[in-house]
Amino acid sequence: MSQRPLTARARPDRQPHSLSEWRALGGYAGLERAMSLSPTEVLETVEAAALNGRGGAGFPAAKKWRFMPDGRSGDGPSYLIVNGDEMEPGAYKDRFLMEALPHQIVEGAIIASYAVQASEAIVLVRDAYRPAIAAIGRAIEEAVAAGFLGDDILGSDYSLTMRVHASAGRYIVGEETALIEALEGKRAVPRQRPPFPAQVGLWGRPTTVNNVETISCVPHILENGAQWFRALSKTEEGGTKLYPVSGRVNAPQLIEAPMGTTARELIEQCGGIAGDGNLRCFQPGGGATAFLEADDLDTPLDFGNMARAGSMLGAGALIVLDGTACPIGVLARHQRFYARESCGWCTPCRDGLPWVAKILDALEAGEATRSDIDVLRMTAREAAPRGRSFCDLMGGAMASLASALERFEDLFDAHLDGGCPIARGGVA
Amino acid sequence: MSLSPDLRGAIRGEISHHGGARGAMLEALRMIQQAHGWVSDAHLQEAAAILGVPQADLEGLATFYSLIFRKPVGETVILLCDGACCWLNGADAVRDALMARLGVGFGETTADGRYTLINIACVGGCNRAPAAVVGRDRALVGPLAPDRLDAVLGAPR
Repeated sequence: MSQRPLTARARPDRQPHSLSEWRALGGYAGLERAMSLSPTEVLETVEAAALNGRGGAGFPAAKKWRFMPDGRSGDGPSYLIVNGDEMEPGAYKDRFLMEALPHQIVEGAIIASYAVQASEAIVLVRDAYRPAIAAIGRAIEEAVAAGFLGDDILGSDYSLTMRVHASAGRYIVGEETALIEALEGKRAVPRQRPPFPAQVGLWGRPTTVNNVETISCVPHILENGAQWFRALSKTEEGGTKLYPVSGRVNAPQLIEAPMGTTARELIEQCGGIAGDGNLRCFQPGGGATAFLEADDLDTPLDFGNMARAGSMLGAGALIVLDGTACPIGVLARHQRFYARESCGWCTPCRDGLPWVAKILDALEAGEATRSDIDVLRMTAREAAPRGRSFCDLMGGAMASLASALERFEDLFDAHLDGGCPIARGGVA
Repeated sequence: MSLSPDLRGAIRGEISHHGGARGAMLEALRMIQQAHGWVSDAHLQEAAAILGVPQADLEGLATFYSLIFRKPVGETVILLCDGACCWLNGADAVRDALMARLGVGFGETTADGRYTLINIACVGGCNRAPAAVVGRDRALVGPLAPDRLDAVLGAPR
């Protein structure tokens, strides 16, 4: 039983396994175990494992599954969707899982589908990940041929079909209700909630959406047990976590480590901080999470601890800035990205983000005024709260902006006098 | 150029795989683009007729999704990351060198029709920053450098 269950089986060349190779490594043992249990027992096992959703919000996976109607609804289909639309700045963990370990996802999706009694599973993958689209497609075909998918799986009376849906760009597709719209052949505009997808989801039917990494944990929980999974973690939240590290570290890499590993430990594993070797700040969960500084280097990176620190674990994507990196420059690129990727439905997001991005560009160019910074403050305050827009795109973007305004006030001011002082080689 | 009989049949075949014609709309656009490189007005009209969906709905999808191309693109499409993690590792210099070498800006195609350069974030290659994805296979390349652009320009179509 590996301490790195999600990645230990991966081949060094990152090429996907055939089904027989995967079986030889112990694959589909979790599915066999699951099919010997009732759907409720599977759900309870995952619940006892304290598996929090890895897509960003950290919502307990089993609790989400419990929102689905009991048993297979006799009056039509229900769906399990695996969200492989990874596009968060700093995140590249789902790419690895999909490209190198597609059978882990197929197996996990079958088990999750069984637990919620879905009749069809769909893996949605972004277009820029075409190697992943191909790998998962092949894994599904092999699983069908082996009897792990289709009618009466492993001699049970449970039947399931699975397919890949290839997307075609746009970050917002990864928002779970936008994703459902996308699957219905519409522009990917998030839905207002309630109703939640478990009640009214794809084609109006009960639907659960889980992240690729969440689903990849499921076979191991079933194979090795809930207590084993919990014990992998350093905190109350079960399992390991895939931490994609990027930015100014000497050897940026994807690290599978116990949930609750600290930024200091991850940075050490990445060969330390690059540039001037000094940490200026970091984002613990990708572009849409609040900046933290050295006093949080030893805070466990899990959902609860990051929330208490005023940030979020998000995608677990650790972005590191050294003393020669400007957080306002990083923020400018994040905000340009979110402005470009807004679906355009809600006014604060559609109109507010381009405005924010424009001001940050002006700050970098030395063309901003003090009143521009007031506009940033006003936008971060007024546009961020839940309910001002249908989804969390704007809220996430404003979390990084608000934290930067709070932590780097002097640096914002310094930009008023001729642009970025760090780019000019001046003050840090 | 109209859609080939094979492609028309393949689009029709997608309807049953996607829970109906509406669910097959994006896949139809992807298939047209796979065959022709982009989606023309005539292709949209034909595909809408095959699927039995309003042409405006199909066009709404085609214009929403950034990687469905509504004008011709080069033989090789370069999706260059302009996100923060690539910027922290020198992406601006790579962008400038690539633009100088190709003589085009973002969203443009070289005069010889070989390359189209598009900015995107994030390509999921932050450990290989600055990174890009290139060609029909969307091959991830990186880390790039201004004097090492062959990974981008020499990649298969």
